[in-house]
Amino acid sequence: MVAVLALVGLALVFGLLLGFAAVRFKVEGDPLVDQIDSILPQTQCGQCTYPGCRPYAEAIANGEADINQCPPGGETTIIALADLLDRDPKPLNPENGAAKEKMLAVIDEQTCIGCTLCIQACPVDAILGAAKHMHTVIEEECTGCELCLAPCPVDCITMEPVSQEVGTWKWPHPELVTEGGR
Amino acid sequence: MKEYALILVSTVLVNNFVLTKFLGLCPFLGVSRKLETATGMALATTFVLTLSSVCSYLANAYLLAPLGLEYLRTITFILVIAAVVQFTEMVIHKSSPLLYKVLGIFLPLITTNCAVLGVALLNVQQEAGFVRSALYGFGASIGFSMVLILFAAMRERITVADVPVPFRGSSIALITAGLMAMAFMGFSGLVRV
Repeated sequence: MVAVLALVGLALVFGLLLGFAAVRFKVEGDPLVDQIDSILPQTQCGQCTYPGCRPYAEAIANGEADINQCPPGGETTIIALADLLDRDPKPLNPENGAAKEKMLAVIDEQTCIGCTLCIQACPVDAILGAAKHMHTVIEEECTGCELCLAPCPVDCITMEPVSQEVGTWKWPHPELVTEGGR
Repeated sequence: MKEYALILVSTVLVNNFVLTKFLGLCPFLGVSRKLETATGMALATTFVLTLSSVCSYLANAYLLAPLGLEYLRTITFILVIAAVVQFTEMVIHKSSPLLYKVLGIFLPLITTNCAVLGVALLNVQQEAGFVRSALYGFGASIGFSMVLILFAAMRERITVADVPVPFRGSSIALITAGLMAMAFMGFSGLVRV
């Protein structure tokens, strides 16, 4: 009984001490770090080479890291960070991995009204069709840039992930393969 | 005075905690890859070891001994060490952000350093007084720091040396640690304690 009381008492004293210390020695964090941290996706994946989102946010705030090292966040995060820090957005650093799997535009042919707006928007001429005729996407040509989504008046274009199979697999581009990866 | 000097020499060189008593080997091998991190770890350990040595002595002398609860020593000391480490971390975080950055992750890691608990328990075993406990803890941490920093410096050199393939990495580190321990055996006749 005495033993239990002694241990509980000791634990209580230390608990009070630590609780007091937590209040008394509270450290005000850097507000910028908090803001950056709230933009990051909090996946804690470590692909940015930092041990988590918070350390990466601190590194950005200190100017040690660039804003384009977060693959899960992708372009959205980079643009948000660029806005916050008043820097120019830049493409994701390929050393940190790809943003997401390759996407492909797919036109719902039942809904398409044949307006040709998406054909004009497509930068790689991957959409085939004519005025008042149904359009379709040439899968081999589509880069998944999503530029055709906005102009479509009936929203019949969706982005669908391309699953990597034997038939769709391609060698990675040479410039994306770094010495570090090999 | 002479006695205190002897305690220091004895704990730093003769009864070095890492190389003679084989305590605290985990950080000795774990954080000795770079001189910088080794220095950070050495600083943090010195601080915590001395403080926890004193606190454990106080807990033992004024709580456990009067109540006749000596058998609760280990768990009490673990509690004391954990609390001291946590408290130290908070104070350092507030008072010296620079030191906090240097010590970084090593500060909480010290909680699990068996040399810290070892010093506290050995103090009780030797029936050391307050000053002796503090000195014993301080000497042990200085010995730990010295060996850790020496070892880190050696490992930095070894990484650029032409080591035979089967010995590379951890094996050469362990061999080096063994040779260091043998070298420290040379001190064993220095002080009779």
